Amino acid sequence: MVFPKVLAVAVLALCPPAWTQSPTYKLGRSPTAEEIRSQDIAISPTGKELPAGQGTAKEGATLYVRKGCAGCHGATGSGAHAPTLISRKGPQTATAVPCLAPCVNDSNTMGVHSPFATTIWDYINRGMPLGKEGSLTPNEVYALTAFLLYKNDIIKKDELMDARSLPKVKMPNRDGAALPPEWKHGTPRLQGYP
Amino acid sequence: MNYSKRNRRGFLKNTAALASLAAGGAELTKAQTPGTPAKRVDELIAYGERSRYVNSIRVPVSERHSPDEFGLTFHVLTPLQDSVGIITPSSLHYTATHRGAIVPDIDPREHRLMIHGMVDRPLVFTMDELRRLPYVSRIHFIECLGNRARPMHKTVQETHGLTSCAEWTGVPLSLLLKEAGVQAEASWIVAEGAEEVKGASSIPLAKAMDDCIVCYAQNGEPIRPQQGFPLRLMVPGFEGIYQIKYLRRIKVVDRYYMTYDDYGHINPDAKVAALTHQIGPKSVITFPSGGQQLSGAGFYEISGLAWSGAAAVGGVEVSTDGGANWQKAELRSPALSMAHARFGFHWNWDGKECVLMSRCTDELGTVQPTRAEIAKYWNEPVEKVRVRGADNSVQPWRIASDGSVHNGLS
Ligand code: HEC
Repeated sequence: MVFPKVLAVAVLALCPPAWTQSPTYKLGRSPTAEEIRSQDIAISPTGKELPAGQGTAKEGATLYVRKGCAGCHGATGSGAHAPTLISRKGPQTATAVPCLAPCVNDSNTMGVHSPFATTIWDYINRGMPLGKEGSLTPNEVYALTAFLLYKNDIIKKDELMDARSLPKVKMPNRDGAALPPEWKHGTPRLQGYP
Repeated sequence: MNYSKRNRRGFLKNTAALASLAAGGAELTKAQTPGTPAKRVDELIAYGERSRYVNSIRVPVSERHSPDEFGLTFHVLTPLQDSVGIITPSSLHYTATHRGAIVPDIDPREHRLMIHGMVDRPLVFTMDELRRLPYVSRIHFIECLGNRARPMHKTVQETHGLTSCAEWTGVPLSLLLKEAGVQAEASWIVAEGAEEVKGASSIPLAKAMDDCIVCYAQNGEPIRPQQGFPLRLMVPGFEGIYQIKYLRRIKVVDRYYMTYDDYGHINPDAKVAALTHQIGPKSVITFPSGGQQLSGAGFYEISGLAWSGAAAVGGVEVSTDGGANWQKAELRSPALSMAHARFGFHWNWDGKECVLMSRCTDELGTVQPTRAEIAKYWNEPVEKVRVRGADNSVQPWRIASDGSVHNGLS
C-alpha cells in the first residue's frame, strides 16, 4: 500500500496550513474564558476587544478632574509636568515646565497624532491614572477618551463613545503610520539604504 | 648563584634595587598592603561583588532624569567606555521603556504566561513548566531606538550607551506557539508585560516563528528585575521596545495592533517605518572615546564594538584620518549573529590632531553609513540631516593634540 501513502504526503505538501502543528510536550493548561477576558486588553484598531460600556465628553470632563488627570496633566490638558493631552489653539507662550522626553506637545499629542482612537482608549485603560492603573471602569475610559477627542476637535460634545462608535472615529492622522515591511530572516532592513 | 640558599627577604631587596635602577621609579618597591573589603567575608563568599576600586556606573539620559518627578525610570545608559569583550554585566546592562516605568516586584511562583488568540489550544504556563521545556542559550545585543549620538553628548556612554549584549536563555517562542497551534490566517502577535503600564508591542508572526526566545535567564542567572524578571521576550536584532519585559501574554492576531508602544514609532513614510524596527549594521570605538585622555604619542590599541540586527558582523574598518582612508580592523571576539563583536586595531599616534572612526559591514554586505551618505540618501545637506529610524551612522572621535578626546559631531 505504498501509493496512497505517497498521495497523502503529496496532499499535505500541497496545502499545508502556514504552521502545521500538534502539541509535542503537552505542558501548560487551558485558560478559562474569564482568565482570557481579564487579560485581553490590547485593543485592535477594529475595536474587537472593546468591552461593553459608553461615555460622553461631558462625563469625561468631570472625571478628568475627579480621577486626578488634571493634577498631573494640567487643568487645560497642557503646560504641566505630564505630557500634553489637549492641543492648544492660537498663539502660545512657552510653558515653564520642561517637556518630559520623549516630548509630547501640541502637534503630537495623542488626540491629534494617534491614527486610531482605540489606541487612546487602550492606553488610558491600561496605564492611567499613573499609580492607580487598571482602576477605571469601561464607562469611565469611554468618557475620558471622548473628553480628549472632543477637546482636540475630533468629535462633538454630545457624541456617545462605545465599542461601535470609537473605532469609527476618523482621526486626522489616520494615514500617518506606514506599516513596517514584511519581515524576512537575513534581509537588510531597507534595500538600497546606504 | 644558588637560589635555594638565598632567603626571601634578600631576594626582594635585590629585585627592588634593580627595579629602581631601571625605570627611575620605585613603584613596585612600595609593596602595597591590601586593605580589607567593607563587607563581611561570609557575605562575600555567598554572593561576590566587584572590587571597591572598580566604579563603572550607568547614568540616566540627560533629556529626562531617572527616577523622574513621578518616580519613573526612563532611559539609563551603559558605560561603554569601560567595556571589554562582548558581554555587558547584567547590572550595567542599559534599561529603557518607551515611557517611564516602575520596576515591578514579581513573585515568579505567581507569574504566568498565557498564549491565546488565533490558536487552536490557548495555553497558560507556569515558570516551572517553562523550565521543563527544551531551551536555547544565545548571545544577542539589545539596542534602543533612542540610541542616537548628538553634538551635545560628550562620552560614548551618552552617544551609544543604549546598547548592551548578554547571553539570553529560554524556550524558543516557536516551540510554545506550536504547542498552542497557530491558525493559518494569523500574521502578527501582540506581546505584553505584567508591569503597571502593561507595555505591549506588535511583532510579525514570521519573526515570532523564527528566532524569538521566551527568556528566563540572562548571563547565567535569573533575569534581573530591571531587565524583566521573571520572563522576557527576546526578539533578536529588533529594537529594544520589542523585547517585552515581565512577559505575561502573547496574543496571536491577524493585523498590526497599534499598541501604545507601536504608536510611539509611527511615521507616514514606509522607508522610515522600515528603518524603525530591525537594527542596521553599526559600530563605535569605545577606546579612545569622548572624555578620555591619551597620555602622549605612541602605541594604542583602538577597541570598539560592532553589531547588526540582520546578521553577524562580517568585518570592521577603522579610519584614523576622518574617513579619508579605511583599514581593516581585527575581530577580537566571535562574530555571532545579532550580537556585539569586539574589534581591535593597532594604532601609533603621532601626537597630531586627528579623527578616529569605525564602520561595520554585516554578513549580508550592508555597510554602516556615514552621516554624509545618509544625507545624500535623503537629499539633505549634511549639516541639517535628520537620521531617520534607528541611527546607525558612523561616530567620529576627534583627538586633540593634547591627547584629549572629543565628540566629532560637536
Ligand atoms: C500621577 C500623575 C498622573 C495622573 C494622575 C495621570 N497621568 Fe496620564 N500620564 C502621566 C505621565 C507621567 C505620563 C507619561 C508617562 C511617561 O512618559 O512615562 C502620562 C501619559 C498619559 C497619556 C499618554 C500621552 C502621550 O501622548 O503619550 C495619556 C493619554 C494620559 N496620560 C491620560 C491620562 C488620564 C485620562 C488620566 C486620568 C484618568 C491621567 N492620565 C492621569 C501622569 C499622570
